[in-house]
Amino acid sequence: MRDFSGFVLLSLLFLFGCNSKTADKKESDITEQSTHLEAPILLNDGTSKFPVYDFTSFEPLLNREDDKTYIINFWATWCKPCIEEMPHFERINAEQQENNVEVILVSLDMPSMWKTRLEPYVESKGIQSRVVILDDPKQNDWIPKISEEWGGGIPATLIYNKNKKSFYERSFTYDELNAELQKFIN
Amino acid sequence: MKTIKNIGLLVLLVALVAFSSEKFNLDTGYGIGDVAADFSLKNVDGNTVSLADYEEAKGFLVIFTCNTCPYAVAYEDRIIALDAKYKSLGVPVIAVNPNNPAAKPGDSFEKMKERATEKGFTFPYLLDEGQKVYPQYGATKTPHVYLLEKTDEGNIVRYIGAIDDNYQDASQVDERFVENAVDAMLVGREIEVKTTRAIGCGIK
Repeated sequence: MRDFSGFVLLSLLFLFGCNSKTADKKESDITEQSTHLEAPILLNDGTSKFPVYDFTSFEPLLNREDDKTYIINFWATWCKPCIEEMPHFERINAEQQENNVEVILVSLDMPSMWKTRLEPYVESKGIQSRVVILDDPKQNDWIPKISEEWGGGIPATLIYNKNKKSFYERSFTYDELNAELQKFIN
Repeated sequence: MKTIKNIGLLVLLVALVAFSSEKFNLDTGYGIGDVAADFSLKNVDGNTVSLADYEEAKGFLVIFTCNTCPYAVAYEDRIIALDAKYKSLGVPVIAVNPNNPAAKPGDSFEKMKERATEKGFTFPYLLDEGQKVYPQYGATKTPHVYLLEKTDEGNIVRYIGAIDDNYQDASQVDERFVENAVDAMLVGREIEVKTTRAIGCGIK
């Protein structure tokens, strides 16, 4: 049952979350990842084209043990420094695919903004990285589970692979992000 | 040559000091049990407000908030409700906008006045002019609450964090962090949850 719901989620991710250019590559990932993911709780059914997670369904994304390095960026359209650093994450995602690096953009936009701000932003900027929504109001419970160091400010970024994990409550330039990433892929 | 070397050293030293003091600011701010400094800031009604003005108060809810942050806006009605509930019990809300209006035009003093009138704020809404107060407290985002208890030793920080555990929907709140803290403080009971975390808008 769990595997099946995982498959449904991943089909959804595949349908909505991936850009057609990278679709072939993602498809192979999907089979690989299907054991690690549970179905998202699709809150406010139909209100966003991006998958909506609560923290319980989101947590497996922080603990995958495959060969990839994940850059998980927490952001929102109303957060100016988040928007300013977005091109750097996009560039890293494009440049580092061969090194098995995947950027996941975790939007903390409020439900009322999904259609009005988040989707238009992602579309107009042609964002290629995977976008998901974390919608769980019990922030005091889940913020420390992502990192004990995190006070709750965004932008915030988690970089991890199966060997190593680092958390950053700060903004990045392209060079800074790249330098941090090198510690994971070299 | 020696001069150049000395200048280089000086530049390095200045950079180090500048860097470390900035770092220092980020890491400081009040913890639970610290004495909070008073301030003197301009209110939307044109008067200047200090904590010392409240002779009868038993404490204060100093809330860093603003006009422009969606989280702050989501909590406006609940901040008004906190003031309605606790001002008469001796713990008034003192709202402080920590943002620099030059960086955030929507948080200018004029816009603050407009918002206070629109929403019928029953509490002072102060501008942290020159942004001196929020770093002293260690506020990092809006909304960010500091509950202070007035004692002979000064205003002691009793709680730091979020108002409650559901920004989206006041009717779905399970834990009222601030209310629980004030209630405990007023009867001299130990506050159970003294700090909480929440997503908020960074102060600009």
